[in-house]
Amino acid sequence: MALIEIEHLKKYFHVASGTNHAVDDITLKIEKGRTMGVVGESGCGKSTLGRTMIHLHEATDGIIRLDGEDITHAEGKDLKRIREKMQIIFQDPYASLNPRMTMEATVREPLAEARRFSKSEIAQRTEELMERVGIERRLRLAYPHELDGGRRQRIGIARAIALNPDFIMCDEPVSALDVSIQAQVLNLLMDLQEEYGLTYMFVTHDLSVVRHISDDISVMYLGQLVETSPAKELFKRTLHPYTKALLSAIPSMDVHQPMQRVQLRGEITSAINPKPGCRFAPRCPYAAEACNDPQKLEEIETNHFVSCCRVHEINR
Amino acid sequence: MKDREEERVRDKARDRAKHKGGHKGKRKKKNKSQLGQIIHRLYKNKTAMFGLIVIILLILMAIFAPLLAPYKPTDMDYTAINATPSSTHWFGCDNLGRDIFSRILYGARYSLSLGLITALIGCFIGLFFGTWIGYTGGKADMIWMRVMDVWSAIPGQLLAIVISTALGAGFLNTVIAMSIGGIPGSIRSSRAMCLKEREMEYLEAARSINCSKFKIMYIHMLPNIVAPAIVGTTMSIGTTIMGAAGLSYIGLGIQPPSPEWGAMLSAGRSFILQYPHMLIFPGLALAVTVLSINLLGDGLRDAIDPKN
Repeated sequence: MALIEIEHLKKYFHVASGTNHAVDDITLKIEKGRTMGVVGESGCGKSTLGRTMIHLHEATDGIIRLDGEDITHAEGKDLKRIREKMQIIFQDPYASLNPRMTMEATVREPLAEARRFSKSEIAQRTEELMERVGIERRLRLAYPHELDGGRRQRIGIARAIALNPDFIMCDEPVSALDVSIQAQVLNLLMDLQEEYGLTYMFVTHDLSVVRHISDDISVMYLGQLVETSPAKELFKRTLHPYTKALLSAIPSMDVHQPMQRVQLRGEITSAINPKPGCRFAPRCPYAAEACNDPQKLEEIETNHFVSCCRVHEINR
Repeated sequence: MKDREEERVRDKARDRAKHKGGHKGKRKKKNKSQLGQIIHRLYKNKTAMFGLIVIILLILMAIFAPLLAPYKPTDMDYTAINATPSSTHWFGCDNLGRDIFSRILYGARYSLSLGLITALIGCFIGLFFGTWIGYTGGKADMIWMRVMDVWSAIPGQLLAIVISTALGAGFLNTVIAMSIGGIPGSIRSSRAMCLKEREMEYLEAARSINCSKFKIMYIHMLPNIVAPAIVGTTMSIGTTIMGAAGLSYIGLGIQPPSPEWGAMLSAGRSFILQYPHMLIFPGLALAVTVLSINLLGDGLRDAIDPKN
């Protein structure tokens, strides 16, 4: 059963020059215990989608379901309960830790805020958590500026898993880290998933990371979902022209199989007051008249959804 | 065997680090807390330290005035009316034969406590409301900022004169009069800091772990914007002391015979040509106090934000 289901989710921001359709009509399911990778270029709304799902932003329209329960407009006590189940790991491990709080205080806080543990329980659990994410005991009173990025992110992870959530939205958790540290943090995340049966939504623009960690992949373009599919299937057979271009950007390791880059021309258009048609059409090599109409997400193969009216013609 | 090997390597590394970083004390400084670093930078700033020392001396003088002053501030010595500075009366005497040095010592009590209390009131109100307005944003922010605009359109000194006329003279009333003019400025600067801080992800993190709005504002955000407020408060102590002296000068603040510096200046102004010492010494006291507070404030600003 799907842990998280979103239907026609929209998040609009009112800006000076109009309405920014940051997340526009997205329907998505994340199965329990799996990792949904969300990819797309910067500014395509993937972080906004995640933040709206875990209630850091109020959804403009649509439905969010957690374990079958409609949580779109949760408030007060309900919201508190839901937030304990849905957590977030941030992109910038420095900005996401309070510079005036020690590591221990940061990890302890969610436990204290839950208001159901005794002092000794909190202390014990804090210690366990810090040990679990691999922070040495001697660093428990250190401040964020005294630690390196990897350790900061580990604290961010400890804070997120403190209350045994079901779902964690990882907002580019490794993009600010060195490659060697990236691997450590990714491995930690995968270990934790196995241990606690966590469900992840992994927002990133790093395709090699997403390939490594994801079970399913969703591709976003300017606030809309263009393709979603199990990861293996997607890397085997891409259907949407944008996904084709995106995946062709992964450098090939095989010298006998030269890269075939699909070069996109033109600039990314704006998500402010967009036209109703396919948003990728201005840059799409296959664009036609029909692309000016609104696109629908269509199940082409089992669990493989594509939002492109010409998908059959292109992939013949 | 292996352990010993490791230990040797570690020792070597430590030795190397020692040589690189000079003596051990210097290496330690790197690990200081933020506050430690600020104090260290302040310590290195000579003008700021000068200001700090003068202020400490002034505070000590004010506290121990009864022990230090050679005379009582209100005692009149009829043989020494208008006396010029001498060994018996260091700063001379005023037109009623009161010892100016003693009066200045006692006057420091008024000026310093007035400046400090007023600045602290402004700082607390500014931080409390500024954080609230800045974090809440939206309509509340808009409305409150327009209120502040109107408020600060009235010149502070004028407002103080009006308020102290309405309330009457006296220490407490002077504090109230002086505080009210300074509040919009401190609210405004706290709010500006909040707007910058509001977008930080750690506040979002706090929200995601169910912290209340109150806790986010005052436990998470406030400590991170308090440093610039301290600088602003320090600077405003100087301005307040000047303003309060100004009020006394025009007869509205602290009343004679209290030995307030502004009141002393006011009392001495008719004798400026014959007995300038009656004005020079209180004026000097005022100038030195305000100067050293401002030097300290400048130093604090540099120490807190080394980027500028």
